[in-house]
Amino acid sequence: MRHDHIISAKQLSRGDIETVLDHAADIAADPGAFADRHSDTLLGLLFFEPSTRTKMSFTTAMKRLGGDIVDMGSVESSSVKKGESLADTVRVVEGYTDALVLRHPMEGSAKMASEFVDVPLVNAGDGAGQHPTQTLLDLYTIRENAGFEDLTIGIMGDLKYGRTVHSLAHALTTVDARQHFISPESLQLPRSVRYDLHEAGAGIREHTDLDEILPDLDVLYVTRIQAERFPDESEYREVAGQYQIDADTLDAAKDDLTVMHPLPRVDEIAHDVDETTHAQYFQQAHNGVPVRMALLDLMLGGDQ
Amino acid sequence: MSDNDQQLRVSKIQNGTVIDHIAGGQALNVLAILGIDGTSGDSVSVAMNMPSDRLGHKDVVKVEGRELSQDEVDVLSLIAPAATINIIRDYDVVEKRRVERPSVVEGVLECPNHNCITTEAEPVDSRFAVGDDGVRCEYCDTIIRDDLPAHILAE
Repeated sequence: MRHDHIISAKQLSRGDIETVLDHAADIAADPGAFADRHSDTLLGLLFFEPSTRTKMSFTTAMKRLGGDIVDMGSVESSSVKKGESLADTVRVVEGYTDALVLRHPMEGSAKMASEFVDVPLVNAGDGAGQHPTQTLLDLYTIRENAGFEDLTIGIMGDLKYGRTVHSLAHALTTVDARQHFISPESLQLPRSVRYDLHEAGAGIREHTDLDEILPDLDVLYVTRIQAERFPDESEYREVAGQYQIDADTLDAAKDDLTVMHPLPRVDEIAHDVDETTHAQYFQQAHNGVPVRMALLDLMLGGDQ
Repeated sequence: MSDNDQQLRVSKIQNGTVIDHIAGGQALNVLAILGIDGTSGDSVSVAMNMPSDRLGHKDVVKVEGRELSQDEVDVLSLIAPAATINIIRDYDVVEKRRVERPSVVEGVLECPNHNCITTEAEPVDSRFAVGDDGVRCEYCDTIIRDDLPAHILAE
């Protein structure tokens, strides 16, 4: 891997992606072979906003590589509460650890933090910005289920504020997927992401109605429409129901459609979908461990 | 009326910089981007909306006793891409050059995204990549295409 820090999916080449995913597949096939790989390594977890899956999967990944974690804990119990800057916090914690994982509610926080530290830093989500390790486990799941060749994917829900979507769109462009974005007009992709996709020559189309495109999809990636983003609650209620799927919805889909979701879900995927062969979102979450093991191993020099 | 005649509408300066061919109406924004607000003691002359063959209407700014740095000239290009910079010493033009758009500007513009880390009390300057039709925050990716002067950081 060429990168000391993993800040954005935009920095990952097709080769980088394949390297991580191949290594993750090796780890998933024989996790015991990697159990003592980084027994002297401490990973610093700096989570400035709540997280369940991401934080636990980084913890699990580091421990399954033989290392350990130190956790800043909640913001309320840290020096942040005393007014310490993010720049100071990361400079202090880098002295305790061999690598850092940062989640922060503000866009650009991971990039800024990386400028103050020498140890590798991984962006575990920066506001509505990027979430590159989520993208890597998404790609792993997509490759396992549908492959990257001749891939048509629909991404539905909150495309404006969903950082997982922004990262994924960049990476799907790198692997030449056809991308369909389904959302209310008020939650379409932000200008910067559209600009990048256009510059990269991505094949994208935008829709307000899933029915227009569902039968063509190999993968449907659903995200939560966040009620709190709407200035008017009635405006939210008007669109929310249109972006929910259930088992009946999927009658119009290909038999081998893969349904994904970064979780947590609320009501955008009905529980009857869980019982279908389409549902891969729990496996997708489980894939976070081997993928993050692979990424940490590569960043910490495990490929040498 | 020649450009030289127009420049004489405001008095010649002995030493300093004349910024010519600023698009009409942008002179005050040029002063803002240079951090000139009259409090430093610099003698500044401004002529606005003068006829121009090249621009239709143009503004001219003369700053006495101050030669603009290349960094300042680069930043000017964001709002005055057609400007020419004349360095004056002892009433003579000793250097004349066009502005060039830089690839990056630092600490000049405020990111309009209130959730961008550069708007917080962190030890970091804003940094924008300069493109053909706008600038882009290198931290949060927000793109500004219109009304750049509205985002100039206050001194």
